[in-house]
Amino acid sequence: MKKIATLLAATAIVSAFAFAASAKTLVYCSEASPANFDPSITTGGNDFDASSRTVYSRLVEFKHGSTEIEPGLAESWTISDDGLTYTFKLRKGVKFHTTSFFTPTRELNADDVIFSFERQWKADNKWHTYMPNITWDYFQGMDMPKYLKSVEKVDDLTVKMTLTEPNAPMIANLGMDFASIVSKEYADKLMEAGTPEKFAGEPVGTGPFQFVDYQLDSVIRYAAFPDYFKGKEKIDDLIFAITPDASARMQKIAAGECDIMPYPNPADIKALKANADLNVMEQAGLNIGYMSYNTTQPPFDKVEVRKALNMAINKKSMIEALFGDAGATPATNLIPPTMWSYNKDVKDDEYNPEEAKKVLAANNVTEIDLWASDRFRPYNPSFARAAELIQQDWAAVGVKATIKTLEWTKYREEGKKKDRAGAFQIGWTGDNGDPDNFFATLFSCSAIGVSNYSSWCNKEFEDLIQKAKITSDMAERTKLYEEAQVVFKREAPAFTMDHSQVYAVTRKNVSGFMMDPLGIHRFDGVDKAE
Amino acid sequence: MFRYILHKLLLFVPTLFGITICAFAFVRLLPGDPILAMAGEHGVTPERYEILKEQFGYNLPMWQQYLRYVGEVLTGDFGISLSTKRPVMTEFMTLFPATIELSIVAMILAIVIGIPAGVYAAARRGTWPDQLLMGTALVGYSMPIFWWGLLLIIFFSGYLGWTPVSGRIGLQYFFKPITGFLLIDTLIYGKFDAFRSALQHMILPAIALGTIPLAVIARQTRSAMLEVLGEDYIRTARAKGLKTARVIGVHALRNALIPVVTTIGLQVGVLMAGAILTETIFSWPGIGKWMVDSIFKRDYVVVQSGLLLIALIVMVVNLLVDILYAVINPRMRG
Repeated sequence: MKKIATLLAATAIVSAFAFAASAKTLVYCSEASPANFDPSITTGGNDFDASSRTVYSRLVEFKHGSTEIEPGLAESWTISDDGLTYTFKLRKGVKFHTTSFFTPTRELNADDVIFSFERQWKADNKWHTYMPNITWDYFQGMDMPKYLKSVEKVDDLTVKMTLTEPNAPMIANLGMDFASIVSKEYADKLMEAGTPEKFAGEPVGTGPFQFVDYQLDSVIRYAAFPDYFKGKEKIDDLIFAITPDASARMQKIAAGECDIMPYPNPADIKALKANADLNVMEQAGLNIGYMSYNTTQPPFDKVEVRKALNMAINKKSMIEALFGDAGATPATNLIPPTMWSYNKDVKDDEYNPEEAKKVLAANNVTEIDLWASDRFRPYNPSFARAAELIQQDWAAVGVKATIKTLEWTKYREEGKKKDRAGAFQIGWTGDNGDPDNFFATLFSCSAIGVSNYSSWCNKEFEDLIQKAKITSDMAERTKLYEEAQVVFKREAPAFTMDHSQVYAVTRKNVSGFMMDPLGIHRFDGVDKAE
Repeated sequence: MFRYILHKLLLFVPTLFGITICAFAFVRLLPGDPILAMAGEHGVTPERYEILKEQFGYNLPMWQQYLRYVGEVLTGDFGISLSTKRPVMTEFMTLFPATIELSIVAMILAIVIGIPAGVYAAARRGTWPDQLLMGTALVGYSMPIFWWGLLLIIFFSGYLGWTPVSGRIGLQYFFKPITGFLLIDTLIYGKFDAFRSALQHMILPAIALGTIPLAVIARQTRSAMLEVLGEDYIRTARAKGLKTARVIGVHALRNALIPVVTTIGLQVGVLMAGAILTETIFSWPGIGKWMVDSIFKRDYVVVQSGLLLIALIVMVVNLLVDILYAVINPRMRG
């Protein structure tokens, strides 16, 4: 008996070591530390990669590699005919993570969904100020307080969301990171213990990976959640090695110290592609680089002047000079070609400096301020260089451009002022794959002074995008946005520059990782051959 | 000696007071509004802007904001980070050991190589070893840390594969820190392979960070030694038949060290500045990188409290240098 017990014990020990030895680890060299692990109070892509996409799930999700919506924690939903009521049926049997610091006693239910929104919304909710200086930026920025009337429990697995007015993009908003569903039970436990701040430091969710540990500014560790409602991931351990410098990330992935890296230096793309151990993935980003004219100020208050200034710029050469090997697509419309409702029939302004010169001379346009900043953006790697190229092109048509350079934060502050003079370079990366997130956020009348740098309020355009916002009929929305693009090109409140490519690099033995148009880095579905 | 130290300590108070004013003023002179920085490209409506301004206390007059800040600092409250929502002191104490550990190793490297190099160069004045050493020191001093660090990574980690690319320790090592100094913690845990990994990860960043101080110390030592070697008492020591090694190592070096010790103290400030770049290149989780990130994010609270804490460290180190100075040079104790 003793011998059998010893043999069994020995087998168990050997098995344990064997199991440990065969644990599959994926290392992601992330570009920055997360601010914390509560995706509703953070705003950066790196924050979301580390929290919402690993630890949490949402009512609806974006399909892998796309902006299409699919069921998430809600297995189905209905929208009332008047577009005001959304009823979500939650999946049965969805479990929360069991960790070293929390053991759930129940599964996901409607209370968790209601809590997830109310904590961001209701000032009288204890969790609304659970830590100092919380601002719930995305909940506010997506106008959720304006559109939400109530979030109610119908039964344990049914939630009813009522809006104040129809808002078709709402379903896409619910797939965004801020709308991640959190555990009310965990929140209650922490509040009772007097340690609510741990909510953002030791997260608990229903996502594919559960949080293990975070060494500040260094390493984040996750383990695959064995009871994930879509099935346990093939990767057992996920590690984020925080590597801020792109050159260092490149060296690490080449040396095999990480398996996936984001945001390579554009100058390194060629060398990365030449490395036989690596796979360089690229796709058109959900972004737009553009230059806004203040349409309320002369000479930009005239459409023909704006069009002439556009025609004077050699867009193709400019993009080649700016992006080099990194690549970018010259932008015709405000939204990128990968986005639904993109109108391919809209023709871009032709490059015609002779015609431009005539029009500008006739309107006595001789001097313009041209704004540039110091920050690298995905849609514009160098505002200064772009400004120099535009300055040259405008000089050739008799317009002297004076480049005004400001530090990034100040730049945006000054740029949005209604009396800002001159042409202002800026850009945008989409939040949720919905065209409204481009059209309304950047050029609606209500965005003047906030994010409408052209101070442009055009009734025809406004009517089209507001109509598109309130109908859920995709075909109708598509038609309205297509027309809006025609108006936009005709009125030219801005010079549409480019949609830049975004890149990610993986080791060749990594499979299942996909580029995401929203810039998300997801690890569900990823595998690694040892 | 006690009076000397007390005098130095009393100078701390007005210096710290001045630093709180500088730190407070500096962040507010940075272009850009912190609320708009937090809002990002989404922007914020004017109404929401006013709400947030009041929430963060930026609607108060400057002098009131300053008094509130000083009052909190005096009670040990260095504030909550605007971006991470964590107490600044918690973040500082978590990251500080990494910077100190790297700085200490870099400084040890700089001293252990720099002083002997400077002594040797002085003893061989005018010969090719002297010119080679001082030329190398000049090159080291001229190299930008960012470039030098990347070069080290590309050659030793990328091409030769001798050292890891970045980080503090191999990812397979996972344990709760005790002191925060990995070289010590790994030994406490008895994990010698982890100790070796931590040491390997330390090599390149320490070289990158220590190069400029090494160059400065080498040149300063040479210069100080040459001055001392020309003194009468050195001539006397030689005339008495003392061996060269004793003349240089015992009689000359101690006096030559006086300005070198001062230089070392000043290099601490250089190390803090160099740590910012080194930590970024080598993904070293220290306070240098933390400060730079906070400046970009307009995290006023971290920038002003972080500046204060770093200034405090530099002041303490310089106090220790002053004490050491007095130990080496008894004339200073008067």
